[in-house]
Amino acid sequence: MGVGGERKRDEDAGAIIRLGPKLLELLSKLGEIELEDVEINAEELEIWIPTVIPQVIPAQPAITAPPKVLPEKPTEILAAEFKPLTQTYLGRIVEVKLGATRAEGGSRGRIVKIGGEAAPSFYLWEEIPPNPPAISADVFDMEISLPRALRMHVQDVIGDPAAWAKLAVDRFGADMITVHLVSTDPLIKNTPPNEAAKTIEEVLQAVDVPVIVGGCGDPRKDAEVFKRVAEVAHGERVMLSSLTLDMAEAGVLGDVARAAREHGHVVLAFTAMELNKAKELNRRLYEYLPRDSIVMDLTTAALGYGLEYSFTIHERARLAALGGDMELQHPTSSGSTNAWAAREAWMRLGPEWEPRELRGPLWETITALTLLLAGVDMFMMMHPAAIHTVKEVIKSLLNWRKSRPENIADWITLKI
Amino acid sequence: MGEAARKGVRELSPLDVYMLLPRTNCGKCGEKNCMAFATKVVNREASIELCTPLVEEEKYRDAYARLREILAPAVREVVIGVGEKSVKVGGKLVMYRHEFTYYNPTPIAIDVTDEMPENELVERVRRIEGFTYNYIGRTLKLDMVAVRSTSNDPSKFRSTVEKVAKITNLPLILCTFNPDVMKSALEAVYERRPLIYAANKDNWRQMADLALMYNCPLAVFSQGDLNLLSSLVKTLLEYGVEDLLLDPGTFPEEGLSETLINFTMIRRNACKGDDRLMGFPLIGVPMTVWLRRDAPKEVLQWKEAYLAAMLIARYADLLIMHSLDGWVLLPNVILRFNIYTDPRKPVSVEPGLRVFGNPNEYSPVMFTTNYALTYFTVESDIKSANIDCYLIVVDTGGLSVESSVAGRILTAQTVADAIKKSGIEERVKHRYLIIPGLAARLSGEIEELTGWRVLVGPRDSSGIPAFLKERWPPKEA
Repeated sequence: MGVGGERKRDEDAGAIIRLGPKLLELLSKLGEIELEDVEINAEELEIWIPTVIPQVIPAQPAITAPPKVLPEKPTEILAAEFKPLTQTYLGRIVEVKLGATRAEGGSRGRIVKIGGEAAPSFYLWEEIPPNPPAISADVFDMEISLPRALRMHVQDVIGDPAAWAKLAVDRFGADMITVHLVSTDPLIKNTPPNEAAKTIEEVLQAVDVPVIVGGCGDPRKDAEVFKRVAEVAHGERVMLSSLTLDMAEAGVLGDVARAAREHGHVVLAFTAMELNKAKELNRRLYEYLPRDSIVMDLTTAALGYGLEYSFTIHERARLAALGGDMELQHPTSSGSTNAWAAREAWMRLGPEWEPRELRGPLWETITALTLLLAGVDMFMMMHPAAIHTVKEVIKSLLNWRKSRPENIADWITLKI
Repeated sequence: MGEAARKGVRELSPLDVYMLLPRTNCGKCGEKNCMAFATKVVNREASIELCTPLVEEEKYRDAYARLREILAPAVREVVIGVGEKSVKVGGKLVMYRHEFTYYNPTPIAIDVTDEMPENELVERVRRIEGFTYNYIGRTLKLDMVAVRSTSNDPSKFRSTVEKVAKITNLPLILCTFNPDVMKSALEAVYERRPLIYAANKDNWRQMADLALMYNCPLAVFSQGDLNLLSSLVKTLLEYGVEDLLLDPGTFPEEGLSETLINFTMIRRNACKGDDRLMGFPLIGVPMTVWLRRDAPKEVLQWKEAYLAAMLIARYADLLIMHSLDGWVLLPNVILRFNIYTDPRKPVSVEPGLRVFGNPNEYSPVMFTTNYALTYFTVESDIKSANIDCYLIVVDTGGLSVESSVAGRILTAQTVADAIKKSGIEERVKHRYLIIPGLAARLSGEIEELTGWRVLVGPRDSSGIPAFLKERWPPKEA
C-alpha cells in the first residue's frame, strides 16, 4: 500500500491504476526546481479505466482431449499441460536484521529484515520470500556536487544530514538512511571520529528507521570512525558500510569487527566484483561476527558502465549460495546511486535525448531493477522517483496472480 | 536421442563433437585438426557447417544430423526479415548469462498503425530507422517495425504495410488477430519474411495455414494461460509450423509479477527441463502499458521504459514498444548491449601509450584504465575537442577507474609501472601527470613513487577540455 491518504473504492468498477503520488507529481512537475514543487506526500491518485471488464475471468479449460486417431493435421487444439520445473535448494540466505527497537536495546521505531530466501529472486512458484527487498536513501554529511536532477530534490537540506534524512524518510519513503561520512576523508575535511559520530547521533534522533553508516574509503580512517560510531550508537544495530580486505591489509579489520560485535551492529562486507574475495572477507569476519550480522556489497557498476558484471556476479553469488556455498549465504546490498556515474544519466546529449530530469532517475531505476532481478536484497538510492518506482515494483513483484488477461487480450487495436 | 543430446551446453565436451566429425584433419574448416575445430564448435566460435565434408558427403549424413541435434540451442533460433537487416531471434543456449553467453540481442520493434495519417507514418518510420547512439565504438539502433491493424480493414492494413515495406528495409511484424486482414497484407509482403502476430486459440488454424503458405514465422499469443500456450505450440508443431515465437502476455501494473514469473518459468522449462514446447523465443510487449491511456504520457513512457528493461533481463527475445523518445530507449539499448556481451571476455582495450593530435614535449600527459568503456569515453572526449596530448592506458584488467581504485588494482605502483613502460619520459620535458578525478586518492603516492607532479583531473572526462583550458600549462611550470 502506498504512503498516502485514503483510497476510494468502487467494487463494481474496473481496474484501478494506482499511480504513486511521487512519480506522478515528480513527472508532472518536471523541470521545476523548487522542492515545494515536488511535494510527494499528496494523496494517492486513482485513475479509472471505464472500458475494463470488472472481474477476473478464470482461465477457461478450453482444451479438449486429442482425438484417438490423429488426422494428418490437427483440427482441434491438442491438449498439453505446462508443468513448471521446480527445484529445491540446499542453501538458504541468512536473515539479517537492521536497526533495533527499544525492546531490543535500540531506539528505532521501525526495523528492517532482509534476506532469508530459499529460492532465486521472485521465483514465487517455488517460494514466497520472507522479506521484501528494502531501500535506503543516501545522505551526505557535507556539501557535495550533485547532478541537477538530483540536487533539485534535496537542495534545501544539503549540508544538514539530519534534515536530509528526515526528508528522505517522510517524503521519499525510504526504509532506511545511509549517512555517508565523506567529510572524514583525510583528503577532504578529515573530520575527526568524535564529530562524525555526532552526525550519526543527530540522524538517529531525526529519524526512527535503521541507519547505515558510510565511510570515506580510507581503511584506517574508516576504522577509527566506525569504532567511535559503534560506541555512541550502542545497541542501535546500525550497519557499518563498509568493511574491506584493505582494512585487513592495514591490520584494522579485527578492531572494527570486534567493535561491531560488542555494540550489536551489522557490517557491510565490500569486495570489487570477485566472489573469491567476497568469500575470503567473509571468512575473516566470521572470526569476530555471527553470520547474521554480515551483508555483502559485491559492487554496483552503473548501467552502461559495467552493470552486466554486477548483474552476473550477483546472479552467480545467489545461485552458489542456494546451491550450498555457506560463505555466500548473505543478503546483498547495491549502491544503485552509482548509476549517476554514467554520463548518460546526467549529461546533455542533444535535444533528442532530453529531458535529463527523466533520463537520470530512469538510469538509477533501471540499474537498481536489473540487480533486483539478480537477487539483491537492499538498495542504496537517491532520486525520489527512482526510490518510489523500485518500491512499487517490489510490491507488485511480490503480489502474484493479480494479472487481468482480458485487459491485454486485444492490445493490438489499442488507440494511442 | 543419445547421451550427448541430453547434455546441457555447458556439459558438452569437445570430445562429444570430435567423435562425430570426419577426424581426417583435412583443415578445410580453417583449423589445424578436427579436435581444434571441435573445441571451437563447442565454444560456439565456429559453426559446424564450416566442416564441408560433413555437410556434403553422404557417408557423414547421420553424423551431421546428430551433431545438429546435440548442438541445437535450448531456444530455437528464428529468422525474421531478409537480407542485411534481418534479425535472428532466440537461439539461447543457457538460462543464466554466466553459464555461457547470451546470443541474439533482443530486437526492439516500434509500432505504427494502419490508421495513422500517411505523413505521420512516414515520419515515424524514418525516426525508427534514424535512431542511433554511439556507445564504446558501436552504433546502437532499433531493429524492427510492428504494424498494427487498428482498423481491422484488410485493404487499409495492406496498403499501410506496403507503404512501410517500401520506405524501410527493417524487418516487419504484422499485428492482427484477424486472419483475413493478415492474409491481405501477407500477400503483399511475404517475400520480406515478416513475423505473423499472432495465432491464438480462435484463429490458430487460419494463421497456421498462412504461415505455411507464405513460409513466415508465427507468433503464438496466449495471455497468462500457459497450458493453452503449450497446447497451441503442440498443435502448431503437429500442423507443421516450426518457426514459432511465444507471447505469454505482458501485463503492466498489477500483472508485473505474473509476467516475469511466466517468462522465467518458460525459459527455465526450456533450458533446464527439456520442455520442447517451450523452447521458442519469447516476445515481450512493454507497450501494453499504453492501455492505461488516461495517465500522463510521461508516466506511461516511464513505466514502459523500466518494464522493457526488466524483460530484457528476464528472457524476452524480442520487444514491441511504443515510445520513441530517446530517454526511454537509450537505457534499454545500452542494457541490451551490456547483457548480451560475452561474460567470458572482459571488455578491455590494449594498455599502452596513445597519442592524440600532434603533441609536443610540453603537451599534457593523462592516464586512464583499459576498461573499454572508460577508454572509448575518454578517447571520444579528447578527439571531439581536438586536444593534442598523450594518454597512458593503464592495465586494470578491464576495470573502470572507480572499481579498480576500490579493488586496489589501480595503485600508485601500477601507474608508476605504466609510466615507465610507456616511454613517455623520453617524449615530454615536463613531469606533470593529469590523473582521473576518481583516482584522486592516489595523488600523494603517485607523486612519491614517480617523482611526477600530479594534477587531479575531472571526475568525468567530458570535463577535460575545460580543465585543460584552466589548468594547462601548469602555473608553476
